[in-house]
Amino acid sequence: MSTETAAPSVVANPTEGPVFAIIGNPNSGKTTRFNVLTGLRQKVGNYPGVTVEKKVGVCYSQHGRPMKVIDLPGAYSLAARSPDEAVLRDVLLGRRTDTARPDRVVCVVDASNLERNLYLVSQVCDLGLPVIVALNMVDLAEEAGIDVNAVELERVIGVPVIRCQASTGMGVLALRLAMSRAELARPAFEWKIPDKIVPAVNEVIHGLTAREGRDRIGAQAEALTLLSDRENFPLAGSSAPSPIALDVVNRHEELWRKEGYDWRGALVAARYDAIGLVLERVQRSKPRIGVAMSDRIDAVAVHPVWGWFVLGAVMTGLFLSIFSFAEYPMNWIDSGVAMLGDAVRGNMASGDLRDLITDGVIAGVGGVIIFLPQILILFFFIGLLESTGYMARAAFIMDRLMSHVGLSGKAFIPLLSSYACAIPGIMATRTIEDRKDRLVTILVAPLMSCSARLPVYILMIAALVPGERVPLLTKVGIMLLMYALGTIGAFLFAWLFKRVLLRGETPLMILELPPYRVPSLRAVAMHMFERAFLFLKRAGTVILGISIILWFLTAYPKHENPEATAAAQIEGSFAGSAGKLIEPAIEPLGFDWQIGIGLIASFAAREVFVSSMAVVFSAGDDADETSSTLRQALLDAKWPDGRQLFTPLVCFTLMVFYVFAMQCISTIVIVRRETNSWAWPLFQVGYMTGTAWLASFAVYQGGRALGFS
Amino acid sequence: MERALVSLNLSQLVAGDSAKIVEMPTVGTAFLRLREMGLLPGTKVKLIRKAPLGDPLEISVRGYNLSLRGTEASAIQVERVEGA
Repeated sequence: MSTETAAPSVVANPTEGPVFAIIGNPNSGKTTRFNVLTGLRQKVGNYPGVTVEKKVGVCYSQHGRPMKVIDLPGAYSLAARSPDEAVLRDVLLGRRTDTARPDRVVCVVDASNLERNLYLVSQVCDLGLPVIVALNMVDLAEEAGIDVNAVELERVIGVPVIRCQASTGMGVLALRLAMSRAELARPAFEWKIPDKIVPAVNEVIHGLTAREGRDRIGAQAEALTLLSDRENFPLAGSSAPSPIALDVVNRHEELWRKEGYDWRGALVAARYDAIGLVLERVQRSKPRIGVAMSDRIDAVAVHPVWGWFVLGAVMTGLFLSIFSFAEYPMNWIDSGVAMLGDAVRGNMASGDLRDLITDGVIAGVGGVIIFLPQILILFFFIGLLESTGYMARAAFIMDRLMSHVGLSGKAFIPLLSSYACAIPGIMATRTIEDRKDRLVTILVAPLMSCSARLPVYILMIAALVPGERVPLLTKVGIMLLMYALGTIGAFLFAWLFKRVLLRGETPLMILELPPYRVPSLRAVAMHMFERAFLFLKRAGTVILGISIILWFLTAYPKHENPEATAAAQIEGSFAGSAGKLIEPAIEPLGFDWQIGIGLIASFAAREVFVSSMAVVFSAGDDADETSSTLRQALLDAKWPDGRQLFTPLVCFTLMVFYVFAMQCISTIVIVRRETNSWAWPLFQVGYMTGTAWLASFAVYQGGRALGFS
Repeated sequence: MERALVSLNLSQLVAGDSAKIVEMPTVGTAFLRLREMGLLPGTKVKLIRKAPLGDPLEISVRGYNLSLRGTEASAIQVERVEGA
């Protein structure tokens, strides 16, 4: 802005080194830049009170001095429309109580999409912080026939402009050198505030400088942000805008509204006018010859007919790799955990401590990390789909269908991922800006049949269908029925929640469709490991605690006879008592207290049902869902009056129960983290368990009335 | 002839049509965001395609591609211009 030429900024505390914020539009390659700058010296956390990820890294200056770099969420504008953008705005304006205002800003700009990217640059240049522009993807711009004159751009907007290119690593050193400079000029990106708005801005500046002791540029930035962002997406943990400024802005806006003056549009237009003038000086485009690669891919990928085939193929590939590639590492982990348990068992004196370690800690934590391979593969695919640009196309294709239940196309991938595991699915909802839509998606995601339900389904199908080998077609048929049931449930509840609980407009589908890009495997791998580590950290710690509690509940109180069988021990334990306690509640579903133990034990994780059934019916330690001993033990189980316990109808009812019940501590923990409250995960447990009971009741009693047994 | 008399909105364009924005609503989150994304009166846009189920739309504006729903697009008045 031209109003003031301030002295160059010198870092306040030179021994500490300047703190940088790295910002940019979504799809500008910002995160890759951040990764290149900081390498693996990163810390991922959360902004307290908000579910936005906070990433901080360290980068070394030319002289080896550490410089802190904050990776702020991608945003199109300082007029925030999502928690992510609100975090960016509040950190840059110095409104966060948990994050000090950065000293300098690195703005990553997509050279092949300069015009729109400069909009954010122009807003940031108004803040009075020194800015460095990383002109990214110059290679892609050149391919598209766009030539950007970086030297001229530097001259026009008054900040260092560094040409960068991810594929060759160009610009890494130059960017670091620019960041290392002791002094950086303040930006001079000129644009003209519309005449009608100038008095309001001046009044805010006057009020804030005179009465709050703010500097001119900061006061002007506050005024412009408020004027373009009146709804002002408030954020927990941020200080509110100054009441003096709000008062002035309210007064002027009231007048303008009466006159029918569109001040927000005028501000946006004024910036784009200035950007247009900049572009005239720095950008030369050649008319493109032929059709761009991206358009050629899209001619197929979002074709009315072929588009569905492509989407289907991508999804099939995703699930095939999750279920086939993951199998080997899962088996390794499984046998590794078993070996570890055996080793401890062989080397420790028998007793409670040994049992606690083997049956509680090792088995419990093993039960979580067994899903790590699937989660890694899923995150790898999500990262790949995101960085190639296909994710946006999938949302584009699916939007119409998702809008029937009040969601947007952006909810498609999270829900789809939940077929493998609800945890990555729920973590992937971060791309949904609207808070209500994100919550609805989180609430229904665990209804998609995840892979932890498979062992239960397989065991029940084996017990359900007579004969040694289950015919494949029957197995697939019943399995598909369960998946369909969960999916229909998820959509019904999404529709219901959008109607009743979280009413809101149908979400926006204003989504950029970036050109297809060759992904950086390094970036995808980093994304994958980062997510997987977060999963381990968040779920692992809680699972450990729960496993110990569950072990305690099955191991105490001790049976009087130390030689008692495992089944007898369990019957007398707290878990056994609890099973008997809930028997009246589950008897209408055809379940007895022994199944009740399984339900309680598998509250931590669904697949625990199988191992607890093995213990309860004494089928031996190594029984799994496919072993015939466990199947036989189940078929032999009887009610006290001699009726068969696992009738086909009961098996089927149990499967229906598991379709709907929220039996997964890890998911509960993740939902708590992502929604920042215990209320939502508890509500989720309540509604899902309630639905599970009602659906099972309907199936069992309905089945009996129809003459099934 | 017809063009001058009958108002035309963005959602009524056919794939491949180029148009200039004449007028768009000034209130509503969606429209503020669309303006910030570069859709302003006078801006040239091109309808690239409609999604397989007819909604949302994909348009090209200021050198990049953007998707928006038919509900928003139908509130944006445009006039056809010769292809860019």
